[in-house]
Amino acid sequence: MSNEDDVPITIEFSGGLEILFGDQKKYSLLLPAKDESGAPANVAFLVRHLCDKVMKDPRKELFVLDDTVRPGILVLINEADWELEGEDKYEVQKDDHIMFVSTLHGG
Amino acid sequence: MAPSPCALCHTNRALILRPKDHSKLCKTCFISVFETEIHHTITMNALFKRGEKIAIGASGGKDSTVLASVLKTLNERYDYGLDLILLSIDEGIKGYRDDSLETVKRNAEQYGMDLTILGYDELYGWTMDQVVEQVGKKGNCTYCGVFRRQALDRGAARLGVKHVVTGHNADDVAETVLMNLLRGDLPRLSRTTSIITSTPSASSDPASNTNIKRSKPLKYAYEKEIVLYAHHKHLDYFSTECIYSPEAFRGSARALIKNLERVRPSAILDVVRSGEDMAKLVPGSDEGCGGACSSNVPIAEEEEGGCGSAAGRTVGGDMENMEKQLAQNDTAADNDLEIEITAKSLQKAKQHNRHDSAAVPLANGKKTKKGVTPRKTNKQVMGQCKICGYLSSQEVCKACVLLEGLNKGRPKNKIEVGYEVQDVQQRDQGADGVADVMQRTSIGGD
Repeated sequence: MSNEDDVPITIEFSGGLEILFGDQKKYSLLLPAKDESGAPANVAFLVRHLCDKVMKDPRKELFVLDDTVRPGILVLINEADWELEGEDKYEVQKDDHIMFVSTLHGG
Repeated sequence: MAPSPCALCHTNRALILRPKDHSKLCKTCFISVFETEIHHTITMNALFKRGEKIAIGASGGKDSTVLASVLKTLNERYDYGLDLILLSIDEGIKGYRDDSLETVKRNAEQYGMDLTILGYDELYGWTMDQVVEQVGKKGNCTYCGVFRRQALDRGAARLGVKHVVTGHNADDVAETVLMNLLRGDLPRLSRTTSIITSTPSASSDPASNTNIKRSKPLKYAYEKEIVLYAHHKHLDYFSTECIYSPEAFRGSARALIKNLERVRPSAILDVVRSGEDMAKLVPGSDEGCGGACSSNVPIAEEEEGGCGSAAGRTVGGDMENMEKQLAQNDTAADNDLEIEITAKSLQKAKQHNRHDSAAVPLANGKKTKKGVTPRKTNKQVMGQCKICGYLSSQEVCKACVLLEGLNKGRPKNKIEVGYEVQDVQQRDQGADGVADVMQRTSIGGD
């Protein structure tokens, strides 16, 4: 199944988001290098990929709203706020560590 | 995108984009700035006194974990001279609170703080699991909220602590401000926006009916930054949603705040500040003095605790407000407003007493319209719950009313909740049974 063009990355969920992903915090993924239209895979594509292929919970709206990551969920690309990296336009690189942290859950 | 350097040290790679001013900071500078700002909040508002014993209301969640960590750091760095302890409430929700309490226990060790856990079952004879079994999932947040408020107060009083700090952040406050606006409940604004509030003491000794102070040192801290602080400092916190309030996740005021933040990050602090300014303009508000007179500290609003549920914050609030308002009037009267007590107002008080129960639902509206006099008239009503001895405006406090309903409907009384008899007796001895419970559940953190 794996393809030379696939990009190996690490995905991490925390702050309660892991519940939506089978209670698993860390995933090592091979992300297709190109999105549906043949453009280089970016975070927007990664998020769609996670929703379609990885997410176990049917409640997609708890992760994605209006085609982007739900407000209140922080995205860290190699520890940096994704707003510093171009948000969902950021093109995923080999060995990137991308983390989704929910701020929405209580204690 | 080329990596940007930190705006402060100009050396390290910026990792954080601050919502309040769009500045780009590296991890080290962010942690330092975050802590310094909370230090300023503490000193500007004179939250603490040297030598004060402070109980941190700890749920194991991000906010209270960050609060405990930051307070420990600042207490050492700036030599506040505070005695910090952790106080947790165990609502008795399997699969939720039992897990988060494990986190609190680890925090107690990590921070070298003593931890006290108070359980609903021991305090009230009911766990939330049992309450839900009886009343169903709808409306159970009311029980939880009423019980938790008393539990924290009783816990603090028993530990000899006069000041409880909670982890409410700017997002929480902004959310509550919006909810009050949407409900047209401006009188409540000052209680929700004030950084220091007070709650009636649980002491059954009338001589020590001093108020327990509550404050929110994280009031101006963004939830986003709290989470980032916890992340970058590798703090051990627990995140899950209360299993009984799944809709809390989608609380609409919360969603609105988060959506606003995405478009205009400064909106959160702007809403908080607008709330503070509006509170000052509300007639009869607690902040009529501009928040400057310390004797006029607003009564705490029922909020957060552990559930973070929008429903938990609103349901039952109106009923509760009456009691709080009364307690607050009591405070005001005990302080500088004493001279206003006249024979006339006392007369009114007697009248007021008689139709007091009928007046309860209108309390909020009435208070603002009537202006000054009700402050005094209500004083007469303030007393102790005749069942548990808790400071209450009613003969029987709200927790006991709820308990009465629960106990009537209880199919089998397997837990001996003979609290009516037992507690009335104990009240006279100056103990309401909490002390014993506390000693049993107290865990040494060091």
